[in-house]
Amino acid sequence: MSLSELAALCLYFMMLSFLAVGGAPSVLPEMHRYVVELHAYMTSAQFAQLYSLAQIAPGPNVMYVPLIGWHIAGWAGAVATLFAVVVPSFSLTLVIAQLYARHPKAAFGVAVRRGLTPITIGLIFSSAWILVPAVNHDWRGYVLTALTVLLVSRTRLGPIWVLVGGAAAGIVGFV
Amino acid sequence: MQEQNGHPPRISARDLFLAFTGITLASFGGALFWSRRAIVERHRWLSEHEFVEILALAQLLPGANGVNLAVLIGYRFDGVRGAFSALAGFLTLPFAVIMTLGFLHRRFGEMPIVHAALTGMSAVAVGLLIAMASRMVVVLQRRWLPWVFVTLTFVGVGVLRWPFLAVVGVLAPFAIYASWRGRT
Repeated sequence: MSLSELAALCLYFMMLSFLAVGGAPSVLPEMHRYVVELHAYMTSAQFAQLYSLAQIAPGPNVMYVPLIGWHIAGWAGAVATLFAVVVPSFSLTLVIAQLYARHPKAAFGVAVRRGLTPITIGLIFSSAWILVPAVNHDWRGYVLTALTVLLVSRTRLGPIWVLVGGAAAGIVGFV
Repeated sequence: MQEQNGHPPRISARDLFLAFTGITLASFGGALFWSRRAIVERHRWLSEHEFVEILALAQLLPGANGVNLAVLIGYRFDGVRGAFSALAGFLTLPFAVIMTLGFLHRRFGEMPIVHAALTGMSAVAVGLLIAMASRMVVVLQRRWLPWVFVTLTFVGVGVLRWPFLAVVGVLAPFAIYASWRGRT
């Protein structure tokens, strides 16, 4: 991949970073269109594999982006695409953080945040609604998910142990 | 507890870096659950209400929600330096891990036992997300209107899969107006 192509990719990712309201997954279809359909940097299957790999790794789910950059353009691609998606939204968030810190009790700010709270909660339920069938292949997966909800909300069991349990359930062939 | 003098307590850049490194390393299947657990329950840096308010802002702003959350919380406790520290903590190790995974993936491909373990962990990670959302509803006032907004968002974005921007763009003004009038 040439330097100008990498620059174009980064500029495009920077623009997407500003549009990624609702988080990194919301611009996934758009990234897929650019790197698979428009430029054929990889196949759709490779794209999906890289995305899944990032989902099961620790850290923010935006980490699928440097993986795509690495696949396309090696180390330079990985670092450049990560900066491209993080820097624009980081700068904007920093500006908002300053406003928020200066006027924490501003009536309008409070109204905005309190008003958006139900929408935020609705969005998290939406993510779960979309993810549950995506990660679970059959009824046993659903049972494991339901069991997790019960265990975490009814007991003081640390989530890390539930995750270890999930891994064990997978290895013994439950899901 | 946090805002006795109207000022949040100062937390050092180092503590922020370490806290967000811890959060990010535990973050399988999204960082929100672990952020809330660490910031609200473990460190007690924010109350449940403050956390949800900051989370709402983080989700409203463009970019990865977890990254925005780290920046907002980091800035709140140690200014620009705190924001950079929290962000660095949040991204450094995951970047190293994901690159290692990329190498292993290219080298060894799909190993059945690894794949099986990851399938199980994914099922659990979604359960953690549901448990978190269920816990967050306690901050809603005991009125029906907030639940209308929760439901409309869920049906629009989750069930019908309408574009996020359209759904939130239409609902947000009404939700903000309702809260401005003291209805939610």
